[in-house]
Amino acid sequence: MALLSKKDTKLITDPLSDNNPITVQVLGICSALAITAELEASVVMSVSVLFVMGVGNVIISMIRNIVPSKIRIIVQLTVIATLVIIVDLVLKAFAYELSKTLSVFIGLIITNCIIMGRFEAFALGNGLWRSFLDGVGNAFGYAVILIIVGFFRELLGSGTLWGIAVLGDPIDKTGLYALGYENNGFMLLSPMALIVVGIIIWVQRARSKHLIED
Amino acid sequence: MALNTEKNSYTLLFAIGLVVIVGTLLASVDASLKEKIKINKVLEKQQNILYAIGINENEGNNVSFISSDKAEKEFKKYFTKQIYIQDNNIIQDDNAYLIDIKKEKALSKDPSYNRKLPLFIANKDGKNLYVAPIRGKGLWDAIWAYVSMDENMTITGIYFDHKAETPGLGANIKQRFFMDDFIGESLLDAGGNFRGVTVSKTNLDPKNEDKYDNEVDAIAGSTITGDGVTAMIRSDLSLYQQYFNNINAK
Repeated sequence: MALLSKKDTKLITDPLSDNNPITVQVLGICSALAITAELEASVVMSVSVLFVMGVGNVIISMIRNIVPSKIRIIVQLTVIATLVIIVDLVLKAFAYELSKTLSVFIGLIITNCIIMGRFEAFALGNGLWRSFLDGVGNAFGYAVILIIVGFFRELLGSGTLWGIAVLGDPIDKTGLYALGYENNGFMLLSPMALIVVGIIIWVQRARSKHLIED
Repeated sequence: MALNTEKNSYTLLFAIGLVVIVGTLLASVDASLKEKIKINKVLEKQQNILYAIGINENEGNNVSFISSDKAEKEFKKYFTKQIYIQDNNIIQDDNAYLIDIKKEKALSKDPSYNRKLPLFIANKDGKNLYVAPIRGKGLWDAIWAYVSMDENMTITGIYFDHKAETPGLGANIKQRFFMDDFIGESLLDAGGNFRGVTVSKTNLDPKNEDKYDNEVDAIAGSTITGDGVTAMIRSDLSLYQQYFNNINAK
């Protein structure tokens, strides 16, 4: 038997295209706008979400049969918050430098609606393994969009990628800047992130017509 | 056994159970890691303060501290004297760097309280450097800095940090291109009055060649964090002017 059945594979591949959490499910937009001014921050956030989604979905799936439905949202929130805080404390004790980089993301992870959304929509009704795959798949789908947006915002807004100047020095006027090119500071602000996400949605729907709703 | 998860009594019991489990878990993790985290924080403070006086391992455009296992030794080597100023009295305190600025600022809201102003004096290459910790508000949460000055209140080095500024925007105050601009800027104007350093959108001097204008270039998209930096420098460092006037008068 293959490790992943056809149905399981779909759990991973669907969020990457036709069921992308950001462009189709419209979950996790807030963090996609907030932290994509730099490619590095986008990647750090993606990895953090991958971890929390994978583990969180498994825990929620584990307790899905004993959670009273009236307070399930609160229970979900408690699980995420506990998970994130424990990771934060462990990092602070054993990998302090790393925890400094991640500290700004803690709040964004706890309140990230993509995590709550997948808990609610999937983990509460499915088994451990499938929930894990769903969590990982959606985290990857989220990561793809974050990285695309981060790439364009950092490149066009600051002329750098991963903090490295790729278009020359804007102050010394070398490279592309010698030809009169200017960074677009507007790219660094959140509205442009929304527009970039919008363009991605446009491209995606132009390519797969069945996503278009009447 | 089928559980009736819809019953009110069950919901209540579940909630209580959850709180007890989660609470115990968090409390025990926190208690067992507390000491380690505390040591890490002290070491980080020493690294930050050393960074401000130029003891770091910067390469290229990266900010990198000296390694944490060397921090304590180097800190003791350079910082020969630590004081705090309270009510115009100068009090020696070898652990002045552990004074909690947040607490002091909160206490000083009461007008009868004179807050402690810590100052760490380092001897580097035969010159005295004075490092003051300052603290203020950014866009989302606290921002703080360690400012190293000479006797004339000219900045010789600075280290900024923040709790929750936006990555890629306000968080860039802890990048080299921003911090290095402050080096050489005087906190005083030509007449010796305190002016601070303004994070300005109209400085138009991206390499900061003019060191006497009390201005550095702002970061695009982080106006409020930048204003926070300006305000923090103005409000906190002006308190030290009297001390510098006194040592220069001697």
